[in-house]
Amino acid sequence: MASPPVTGSATVREHRGGPGPARFRPRRTPPAGAVRPKRRGVLSYWRQYLAISPFYLIFAGFSFVPVFYSLYLSFQRYDGLGTKQFVGLQQYEFLWNDPVFWLSIRNTLAIWVLSTVPTLFGALVLATLLHSVRRFKGFYRIALYVPNVTSIVAVAIFFGAVFSNNFGLVNAILGTVGIEPVPWLSNPWLIKVVIAALMTWMWTGYNMIIYLAGLQAIPQSVYEAAKMDGAGPVRTFFQITIPIMRPIILFTVVISTINGLQSFSEPQVLFASNAANANLGGPGQAGLTTLLYFYQSAFLDNDYGYGAAIVWAFFVLIIVLVVINWRIVQRGRKS
Amino acid sequence: MTTAATTSPAAGAKRRLRRPKGLTAHILLGLAVLISVFPFLWTIVMATNTTKDIYQSPPKLTFGTHLLENIRNVLSTIDFFGSMLNTIVVASVTTVLVLFVDSLAAFAFAKFDFPGRKVLFGTLLVFMMLPLQLAVLPQFILMSEIGWVGMLKALVWPALSNAFGIFWLRQYIENGVPDELLDAARIDGAGFFRQYWNVALPMIKPALSFLAIYAFVNAWNDYVWPLIVLTNPDHVTLQVELAQLNVGHSTDYSMVMAGVLMAALPLVIVFSIFARGFIAGATEGAVQGS
Repeated sequence: MASPPVTGSATVREHRGGPGPARFRPRRTPPAGAVRPKRRGVLSYWRQYLAISPFYLIFAGFSFVPVFYSLYLSFQRYDGLGTKQFVGLQQYEFLWNDPVFWLSIRNTLAIWVLSTVPTLFGALVLATLLHSVRRFKGFYRIALYVPNVTSIVAVAIFFGAVFSNNFGLVNAILGTVGIEPVPWLSNPWLIKVVIAALMTWMWTGYNMIIYLAGLQAIPQSVYEAAKMDGAGPVRTFFQITIPIMRPIILFTVVISTINGLQSFSEPQVLFASNAANANLGGPGQAGLTTLLYFYQSAFLDNDYGYGAAIVWAFFVLIIVLVVINWRIVQRGRKS
Repeated sequence: MTTAATTSPAAGAKRRLRRPKGLTAHILLGLAVLISVFPFLWTIVMATNTTKDIYQSPPKLTFGTHLLENIRNVLSTIDFFGSMLNTIVVASVTTVLVLFVDSLAAFAFAKFDFPGRKVLFGTLLVFMMLPLQLAVLPQFILMSEIGWVGMLKALVWPALSNAFGIFWLRQYIENGVPDELLDAARIDGAGFFRQYWNVALPMIKPALSFLAIYAFVNAWNDYVWPLIVLTNPDHVTLQVELAQLNVGHSTDYSMVMAGVLMAALPLVIVFSIFARGFIAGATEGAVQGS
C-alpha cells in the first residue's frame, strides 16, 4: 500500500501495436472460435471508461487540479479578493527567512519524533504480547483499537482538561503526593509532550493491529526451527521476528511519517480557547505546527500565496523524511 | 512466541516455570487496555459531576449524578442536535456515494484491461501519498467561486476524491471475485454493468461494509475541512460545534465533557458493534499492500 511503483505508459503503446497477449495480464479468454478483433479502438472500452469516470471527474476537480493550482498560487500574491500578481519566488524567499516558519517546522518535527517512536515501539511490544496469548484476543484488539476511531476534537478537549495547569487531573494527582503543579500547557517542551502523548494514545492500537497481522503471517515452523537451534525468546525476537517484519515496519514508518507530520487539529483545539493567541499554537507558539501556520496564513490572514508556499515547502520536507526513513530501514536489512 | 519474550531476560527461568502461562502478557495488555479506555471513563466521571466537584482538591474520582443537568446545559448552549443532524446527513451521503463510485471504478480496474489503465491507477496511488492539505486552499477557492462556502455539499465532494476506497476494493475484487464466474455471466449475456451489479457486488459485501465504516467514521470525525469551509457558525458539523463549545466555555468542564461524551459515544458504540469485521478488514488492506 505504501507506494507501489508506478508503471509507465509502455503497455498502452504496446497495445495499440496489436492484440499481442504478451505483456498483458491474462484476460478472460474469448469463447473458442470467436474472431479476435485485430485492433480495438479506445472507444470499444467505453463501458470501462464510463465506470471509472464518476470518480475521475471528482478526482480531477477536487484533487488533481487543486494540487497543481496550489503550486501555481505559491508564485502569486493573492488575498482571495483582488487580482493575482505574479511574484516569482518571492513567497519562498520570504518563507526561507521567516523565523515563524522554521519554528513551526521544529515544532512539527519534535512532536512527530516524540509521538512516532513510542507509538511504533509500543505497538510492536503490544502486538508481540497479543500474539502470545490465547484468551481475550478479540477483546484486547477492540479495546486497544477504539482510540483510533475517536474524534481528535473530543480527544484534544479531554487532554486539555486532564493536563490543565490549574485544575487538571494530572496536577491534582501530583499534588496529593506533594509535587508542585507542572505547567503542562505553558512550558514549550511540555506542550509538545502533551500533544505527542495524545497522538500516541490515538495511534498505538492502529499500528499494533497491523503488526499483529504481520506476526500471524509468520509460519510457526520458523520459530520451531529457531527453538531447536537453541535461540532464546529475546534472540528470536530480534533475529527472526524483526527481520521478517521489516516490510510491515517500513509500511508503518511511512504511514506514521505522513500522518504524524500533519498534526493540526490537536494543537488547534488544545489552544483555541487561549484568547491571546488562538490558532497560534499556545504560549510561545510551542504548539504551532506547520499546518497550523498554513491555516493561519491562508485562512485567517487571507495570504493565499504564502499559504500555498508553506504547504508546498512542507510537502518537500515530508518527501525528504520519507526517503530518509526508507533508507534507514532498508540499510538495517543489509547489516 | 512465549510470554518469556516479554519478561526481561534477567527474570530467570525459575520464575517462568511457576507462573501460569501468559500471565505477564495479560497483565501488561490489561494495563494497556486501561490506558486506552481510561479517557472514556474519566470523561464520564467529569460529565456526571459538577464543575465544582472537579475543581476541588482532590477532585471527585467517582461517577456523579449530574449528567442530565450537564446535558441540558449543552443543549441550551449549542445547537447539538442540529449539528449532529448535519453530520449524519454528510456522513451518510458521503458513505453511500463512496461505496458506489469506488466499487464501480475498482471493478473496472480489477477485472478489465483498457488503454491507460495503468497510468490512471498509478496516478491514484501517487495522489494517495500526497498530504491532503496541498489541495485545501484551491478547494476553498473553488467552493467560493461556485458559491458552496457554508453549505454541507461542500463537505461531500472533496471526500469523494479520496482514492483509498478504489485501491482497497480493487485488491479485494481481484482476489475475491473469480474470473470464471464473470465468464459464465458473460456467456449468459450479462454486459459490463450487469456483471458489476449482479455478480461482483454481492461477492464483495465484507469489503463494502469495511469501507462503509471507514468512510462514515472519517466523515463523522473530520474537523479541518468543515472548520475552513463552513463559515456560518450556526450551520456546522458536530466536531466544529464541539470545538466551539470548548472555546466559549472551557472553564465549565462538566458541561464541555458532557458534550464530548454525547459527540463521541454514538460512534464508539457503533464501532464496537462492527469492530470485529472492521479490524480484520483494516489489517487485510495493510498487510497485502506492504
